[in-house]
Amino acid sequence: MDSLLLYLKVFLVGGLLCAIGEALILKTKLSPARILVLYIVAGVILSFAGLYKPLVSFAAAGATVPLTGFGHALAQGTMQAVEEKGWIGIFTGGLSATAGGIAAAVFFGLITAMCFKPKPKDY
Amino acid sequence: MDKNKPYSVKQAYQELVHRFTPRSRLAQGCLRAFWVGGCICLIGQSVTDLSHLFLDLNSSEAQTFGSVFLVFVTALLTGIGVFDRIARYAGAGTVVPITGFANAMVSPAMEFRSEGWVLGTGAKLFTIAGPVLAYGISTSVFLGILYYFFRW
Repeated sequence: MDSLLLYLKVFLVGGLLCAIGEALILKTKLSPARILVLYIVAGVILSFAGLYKPLVSFAAAGATVPLTGFGHALAQGTMQAVEEKGWIGIFTGGLSATAGGIAAAVFFGLITAMCFKPKPKDY
Repeated sequence: MDKNKPYSVKQAYQELVHRFTPRSRLAQGCLRAFWVGGCICLIGQSVTDLSHLFLDLNSSEAQTFGSVFLVFVTALLTGIGVFDRIARYAGAGTVVPITGFANAMVSPAMEFRSEGWVLGTGAKLFTIAGPVLAYGISTSVFLGILYYFFRW
């Protein structure tokens, strides 16, 4: 029952973050690329301010899968590395914490782009 | 005045138009983004939970595995041309989750294959990922400097 409730929260929070993004695209004419940048920067700032962590413990993947969660991982990694390693952590923490996602995106992105030809656009 | 008749026709027409216009683009777009985005997060959560249970990963590794899985599936679906169709339906529902980041890398990289492996595929991989990483990392370094001095 507990995990069912968690899954409901994941769906609602994740969906809500996406719906806000859609509203921003339609209302302000922000391009999807700007939405991505906006979300990651917002995630970093909210996380440094201590406001994003409660959302992650509330909704797990509902908060970590959207790009704000990527920003959150950057911020948490930086803060933790600063605590543990001092000033060098400012530069090493963020990318260490997000290395998996970035490496996967670069690797799979490159491989698929090499394996597939672009489809003719039918719109 | 005799403007009564044309006026009422106009009004009737307006009412008809109103009745047959689809619900506002905003409401419809948000609803689509909401349920597709929510489902993507659900997939992320299930993969995270499953890998935590069966692959002997700790919770933060499992979370990374969830992201890697979503990135992999997105890259594949973009390659075979399915992702574009989902994205056209869902709008921000596929852009805001990490799937949007992965798609933004694969799509231009594939598109610019004709310009060569280095300046085509290799460079265009970062058309959108570049700015996202540049601003994300710079913000976290900047705030990291503040954090180092003030430790709130």
